[in-house]
Amino acid sequence: MIELREVGKSYGAVRAVDGVSLTIERAEFVVLIGASGSGKSTLLKMINRLVEHDQGMVLFQGEQIRAFKPEDLRRRMGYAIQSIGLFPHWSVARNIATVPQLLRWPRERIAARVDELLALLDLEPALYRERYPHQLSGGQQQRVGVARALAADPEVLLMDEPFGALDPISRQALQHELIRIHRASRRTIVMVTHDIGEALRLATRIVLLDRGRIVQAGTPAQLLAHPADDFVREFFGGDERGLRLLALQPVAERVHAGESAPGEPLPHTASLRDALSQFIARGVSRLPVADAASGRVLGAIHFDDLLAPPSPTP
Amino acid sequence: MSLPPGAALVVAPGQHAAPRVRNRVLGVLVLAALPAVGALAFVRVAPNRLVTGEAVTLLGLMSEARHALWLPAAVLMFAVFAPAARWVHATVLVASAGLLAALFWIAGSEAALQSAAPASGLARVSLGGGFWLLVVLAGLAAADAAQRLDLAPARRTIALAALLLPLAALLAAGHLDALSLLKEYDNRREAFDAALLRHLQIVLAALLPALAIGVPLGVAAARSPAIAGPLLAALNIIQTVPSIALFALLIAPLAALGLRGIGLLPAAIALTLYALLPIVHGTASGLAQVSAAALEAGRGMGMTAAQLFWRVRVPLALPVLASGLRVTTVQLIGLAVVAALIGAGGFGALVFQGLASSAIDLVMLGVLPVVALAVAADAGFALLAALLRKDAAR
Repeated sequence: MIELREVGKSYGAVRAVDGVSLTIERAEFVVLIGASGSGKSTLLKMINRLVEHDQGMVLFQGEQIRAFKPEDLRRRMGYAIQSIGLFPHWSVARNIATVPQLLRWPRERIAARVDELLALLDLEPALYRERYPHQLSGGQQQRVGVARALAADPEVLLMDEPFGALDPISRQALQHELIRIHRASRRTIVMVTHDIGEALRLATRIVLLDRGRIVQAGTPAQLLAHPADDFVREFFGGDERGLRLLALQPVAERVHAGESAPGEPLPHTASLRDALSQFIARGVSRLPVADAASGRVLGAIHFDDLLAPPSPTP
Repeated sequence: MSLPPGAALVVAPGQHAAPRVRNRVLGVLVLAALPAVGALAFVRVAPNRLVTGEAVTLLGLMSEARHALWLPAAVLMFAVFAPAARWVHATVLVASAGLLAALFWIAGSEAALQSAAPASGLARVSLGGGFWLLVVLAGLAAADAAQRLDLAPARRTIALAALLLPLAALLAAGHLDALSLLKEYDNRREAFDAALLRHLQIVLAALLPALAIGVPLGVAAARSPAIAGPLLAALNIIQTVPSIALFALLIAPLAALGLRGIGLLPAAIALTLYALLPIVHGTASGLAQVSAAALEAGRGMGMTAAQLFWRVRVPLALPVLASGLRVTTVQLIGLAVVAALIGAGGFGALVFQGLASSAIDLVMLGVLPVVALAVAADAGFALLAALLRKDAAR
C-alpha cells in the first residue's frame, strides 16, 4: 500500500530522515516510535507530502506520490494531529464533513456519514452534531478529530501523536476505540507516538527510529523478546521489558484445560502480567482461569507458564 | 493590638446597622454630581448670542420642571447602598435613563419660560457646564449598570440606544426649541445638513480607499515578516505627523500634479493615509492569530491554499479586522473636523466659524453631531464585531 525506498530529508546540514526503507501492507497498524528528533514525525508527513522527501522515492498504491496532486493525495489519506486543529468557526458536523465537502459528496450522503462517524466515536449524533469545538472537552475534540480524519473513508489513516495531549482516561478510551475501528475496518493506520505503552498496545508492527534511521522494526513481541541491540533493549524499558512482554500476552493461550485450582478465577482476557501480580499477591503457584463473559471455569495456569517463550503472534 | 476572642461578635451588629456602600462606581458618580447641582451653571441666560450670559444653577431655575429630577436622583442615591442584584442594576439603568430625560425636559422648560418673559426677544438660554456634567454622569451610570447586567452585546447596544429615545421624543415634540443650540440649528439648518453630508463623504472617501489598499497590504504583511516590518514602520511614522501638517504637506505635490491642493481630495488622501495603519494592522494581526493547528489540519486534509484562505483564515480573521475598522472609523470621524481647515467642509466648518466669531452655540452645533456620529459608529462596529466573533470563534 505504501512503500518507502531509501527516502531521506535534510534540513540544511541536518539529516532528519536518512535512507529509510519500509513497506506498509494493507490493514497494518504501524507505529513509528522514537525520541524527539528521531525523524518519526517528518517520516509520517513525507507520506502525505506535507514534507517533501529529497532522496529516494515514496510509492502509494504502486505509484510515486509525486505523480499525484498533493491535495488529491491528502484527500485519500486521513490526517489527525496532536493539537487536533478543529476549525473553531464550524460545528462538529461541518468539521467532520471537511473532506467529503472537498470531494463534493451529495448532501444526504455527507449527513449520513457524519452521524455514522459520531456514533462510531461514541458521540451521540443528536447531541453533538451542532455543537462547536469550544463546547467540547479535549477528549471529545479528539474524537471529532479522528472522525474527521475517517470521514471520506480514506485508504490510509495518518496520525501524528493524536492522543499526546489528552488525560490518561480519555487517551485510554480513544486507544480502545482506535483498536476497535482498526479491527472492524481493516484500515491501514500509520501512527507516530513517543508513548511506549501506546505503541505496544496498538501496533501490529512497531518501527523504532533513531537519528533518522530505522533501528528495528517488528511486532511488539519481537521487539521486546529479541531486541536487535542495547539501544532497543534500553528503549523498551531495560528492567521493565519482561513485564511489558507479559502484558502483551493473554492468559487464555497458556491455560491447562480441565485442570482446577483453588481461589477466585482470573478472566481469560487478563494478561500474563495480571496473572503474575495475582501469583505474588496470593502467594500461590497455580490460579484458576474462567471465561470472562460466562464465568465458566476453563482450567488453570501455572507459575512456570510465565517463563515459556511468547507465541509468534501476540 | 489584639482583641479578645468574641469581640468581633459584639461589634458585628453595630457594623450592620450602618448603611454600607455596595456600588462604589455609582457612589463616586453621585458625589461628583453634587457640585453640578449646587454650584455650576445649569443654563446660561444671555441677552443675545454673542455674550456669555448669566449662570443659573439648578436650584435657581424658574421652571417648576426641576422637581422631575428628584425621583430618579433619589433612586440612584439609594442604589449606592443596595446589594448587587440584577433587579438593582436594571433599576439603576432605568433611573439613569429617567434622569437623562428629566435633564433635557428641565432645560427645555426653563428655556421656554425665560424666552417667554417680556422684553427678551433676542434672549438666549444656553446649556451650562452643570447640565453637561450631569448628562455625562447619568450616561456613565447607565453604561456601568448595563455592564453589571452583563447583557449580550446586541442587547446592550439596544438598551443603551433606548436611553436616547426620550431625547429624540423631546426634540421631535419641539420641547427643546427654545434652547439656543436649537435656535442656532434653526438658523443654519441648510449649512448643518450640508455639513453632515460632507462630513460623511469625507469619512467614506477615506475609509473605502483605505480598505481597498490596506486589506491587501495586511494580507501581504501577514504572509511575509520582511514586508510587515518596514510597512508598519512607515505607517507608524505617518500616524505621528500632525494632521494639519499632513494637509499642508499634500498641497505642493497635488499642485504639481495639476490638482487642487485644498478641498475634498487632499483631505481624503491624508485621512486615507491615517486610516491605513489600523486597517493593515487589524488585517495582519487577524490573520496571524488564526490557529496554526487548524491550518495544519486543513492542509493535511487536502485543502488547497485558496480554500484554506477563504474558508479558514478569512472567517477567523474577520472579528479582529472589524475591531480595527471600528478604531479607524471613530478616528476618521474626529479627524475629518480638522479637514475643514483646508476647505473640505464638514462639521469642522461650523466649529471653526463658531470659534472665529466666539459663538459657542455654533461650536457646539459642530461638535455635538461629531461626538454623536463617533459614538454611533463605535456602537455599530462593536455590535458587528460581537456578532462576527459569536459566529466565527464559538
